[in-house]
Amino acid sequence: MLDTLEPMFDPAISRRGFLRVSALAGGGLALSLTLPVAADAAEAAEPVHLTDFVTIDSAGLVTITSKNPEIGQGIKTSMAMMIADELDADWAKVAVASADFNKARYGNQIAGGSFATTNEYLPMRLAGAAARSMLVQAAANASGLAASELTTSKGAVRHAASGRAWSYGELAGPAALLPLPKLETLKLKEPKDFAIIGKATRGVDSARVLRGEPLFGIDARFPGMLHAVIETPPAHGGRLKSVDTKAAEAAHGVVSIVRLAAMGGPLGMPDGVAVVATNHWYAEKARELLKAEWDLSASQGDSLTRFDSEATRLHGLGPAAASATEIRRDGDPTAGLVGAAKRIKARYAYPWIAHATLEPQNCTALYRDGALEIWAPTQSPMPGVDQIGKLLGIPADKVTLHITRIGGGFGRRLANDYMLQAAAVAKAIPGRPVQVLWNRAEDLKRDFFRPGGWHMFEAGVDKAGKLTTFTDHFVTYGGGDGNPHHSSRLDGTHFPADLVPNLSYRMNVLDTVIPMGPLRAPASNALAFAFQGFLDEVAEAAGKDLPALMMELCAGEGMFARLETSWAKTVETSRARVRGVIERVVGISGWDKRPRGHDGRGLGFGFYFSHRGYVAEVADVSVDGTDVKVNKVWAAVDVGNQIINPTGAEAQVTGAIIDGIGQALAQKIGFTDGAIEQRNFDTFPLVRIGAAPSEIEVSWVMTDNPPTGLGEPALPPVVPAVTNAIYAASGKRIRSLPLSELA
Amino acid sequence: MPETQEKTFELAINGKKQRVTATPDMPLLWALRQEAGLAGTKFGCGAGLCGACTVHVDGVPTRSCLTPIGDVGSGKVTTIEGIQDDPVGRKLIDAWLAIDVMQCGYCQAGQVMSAHALLKETPRPSAEEIDAAMTGNLCRCATYPRIRQAIRIASGQETV
Repeated sequence: MLDTLEPMFDPAISRRGFLRVSALAGGGLALSLTLPVAADAAEAAEPVHLTDFVTIDSAGLVTITSKNPEIGQGIKTSMAMMIADELDADWAKVAVASADFNKARYGNQIAGGSFATTNEYLPMRLAGAAARSMLVQAAANASGLAASELTTSKGAVRHAASGRAWSYGELAGPAALLPLPKLETLKLKEPKDFAIIGKATRGVDSARVLRGEPLFGIDARFPGMLHAVIETPPAHGGRLKSVDTKAAEAAHGVVSIVRLAAMGGPLGMPDGVAVVATNHWYAEKARELLKAEWDLSASQGDSLTRFDSEATRLHGLGPAAASATEIRRDGDPTAGLVGAAKRIKARYAYPWIAHATLEPQNCTALYRDGALEIWAPTQSPMPGVDQIGKLLGIPADKVTLHITRIGGGFGRRLANDYMLQAAAVAKAIPGRPVQVLWNRAEDLKRDFFRPGGWHMFEAGVDKAGKLTTFTDHFVTYGGGDGNPHHSSRLDGTHFPADLVPNLSYRMNVLDTVIPMGPLRAPASNALAFAFQGFLDEVAEAAGKDLPALMMELCAGEGMFARLETSWAKTVETSRARVRGVIERVVGISGWDKRPRGHDGRGLGFGFYFSHRGYVAEVADVSVDGTDVKVNKVWAAVDVGNQIINPTGAEAQVTGAIIDGIGQALAQKIGFTDGAIEQRNFDTFPLVRIGAAPSEIEVSWVMTDNPPTGLGEPALPPVVPAVTNAIYAASGKRIRSLPLSELA
Repeated sequence: MPETQEKTFELAINGKKQRVTATPDMPLLWALRQEAGLAGTKFGCGAGLCGACTVHVDGVPTRSCLTPIGDVGSGKVTTIEGIQDDPVGRKLIDAWLAIDVMQCGYCQAGQVMSAHALLKETPRPSAEEIDAAMTGNLCRCATYPRIRQAIRIASGQETV
């Protein structure tokens, strides 16, 4: 059972040192070899570890190491495709292994920010090209032919003139003795020559998942393994005062009770009492027998109703009297509004929501001889390893971390709290592997939530229908330092900044103990609804529609600034690329012939730029009383000049669209005095099959730009597309979510 | 018998007799995953709300997280590990792979088990029947369009 959680080759057999290909800050690439090649020849019987990414056995089976966590975004497959294509491997003879965490060897290993395609497209291809070049050189050495006379395809080096061919299996041994090639000597393919990139490719683990193989974190199994559940404070910020463990200790199957002290700050673990038993069921039952007393004073008054009232009060005062912080001001917004031919004012609100990954948080660990081995479904292993080192008082190199397949991430597993818990419990029972597993109530309770927020917008258009003034008084949440959390931040570069002469963004921050964190397209997933919803109102007041208003605002050439909210990095947004996806979606959706009568069916539009992806979407929605049905969604997507894996890419877009619809329909987290109210999927309803549109049409807008990631950017625009469609269908403006709370 | 006393149960899992020692109140899910070594059946909610733990007991789709092992008796338990050998199960898995339904994959065993029960009852289900039969199975990645399509393919209503 264990083998599927272990790497397919032992890193100790590496004879090559590290092939490290990484993106440099300035956009360049580094290919570094940190150790010289050992002189011993590879024994034919053993698979040859050609580079850190490529291992080849004598039968020609190529094992490619994929270094980033797989959370369902398809990266394990697509990164392997990048390597395999430049290697000219035969995909039918490729196996893909997941890398363990190894910072020195692989650099950053993270699933977040839709970064992997952007950052790894060239490095991974170079890794494949490096291995290919060594195989070609080995064939040249063996044949006496010049490397320039040789070509590669389907797992073999070929010599066209003579018809000779050498399989990679026979070349791997001698190739492994060659020095790594210099970066500047590697020639990458022209896209027209791709044999794997751009071809619809099934996920490399799909068949194994359907055989029930133990691939996920929760599936880790070891002889003698114990199971732990952890009682944590009923409200956030709570501390353990005392606990009577007698009854729990005496319960069937219980092996140990371990007290955990909060550590690691806001992203770390809270106080807790772990019940360790021989089966998860016994641990859960014994947990109910714990009699814990908690100090819950830190979260008194930390209630959603109070924050709602406070936001209403601040908006009633207006930004000046509310002493709202200025985020950005251009021109003269006050005069702009006074002088406007038309003024539009509206208040938008969105709720807190949870990640609710279907695989609950879990982690398995074994502590012995001053070292920790850990099997973690984590999107971001590095901070977890650092924190574990501090927690256990051991150097980080005494922590061996295996990254498992992950049953959904969505940003939740960028935090490493469950890893700290597993490490702490494992240290208390040295020599025994132990799995910490949360139940659903715990998973919803202890999320790092997408925070809610409120926007009071006001805009002015002139006689010609041109948007001249745009203002937002934003009330948002912070963690206590007076700043908004990074997942609830409105940046001064947010659209339509740079594109409207008079503009004001101001904010008030409400402090809370409720933990916040990035959720798929952080900040964008909320801001898109509010901004594109309000701009739909502005467009109507200006006598046009939202696509036309967006086209007008983004007219001309050049770029405008846009902050990547989650990573605090400013990237330039291309006006032409904005227009490209809008024109496409307007065309394919039949937008110009849409029903306009508010008579039960309508189309709505939304655009958003996030994580370097440009996405415009149109939703076709039917409204019958309070019943909302999304019939179809069209998406026009510009993520550059190459779709790596079309089937995976389409899945990311359709999944994000239905995810966004689900958020809008019924998702809301409530809390009173710091205690989360939702405990399972009855009160936090994930979207079910019946709410999925019967059709989603994805259209790629190919532009001459490097490829970028798709895990996130298709989500934000669907929310306003749906709410704007509800208005088109019913005449009712949707200014707060979820829809289930609207009369 | 007290619920807290362990007992050895002889279960019929995927056509094989398997002994599991557990308290009678232990949900079948934990007996399968942690005592019988079958990890394909997944834990999602513990309350019958997500369908990730769906198995068949005597051919009936059953939420194993809510089914005490003491109630299973001589019932024939089929899990994702065993559905491979069934002709309808094979068709479903082939269809699932042909269009690569899964994203994270965590819910997919439960999805296939529910789809299998549907096709046993209704060999050529309509769109409405598919949605109705699959509504108890959550997919957090929202692979629903491909789940619908895979069921149509497996039931011969669509070709790949």
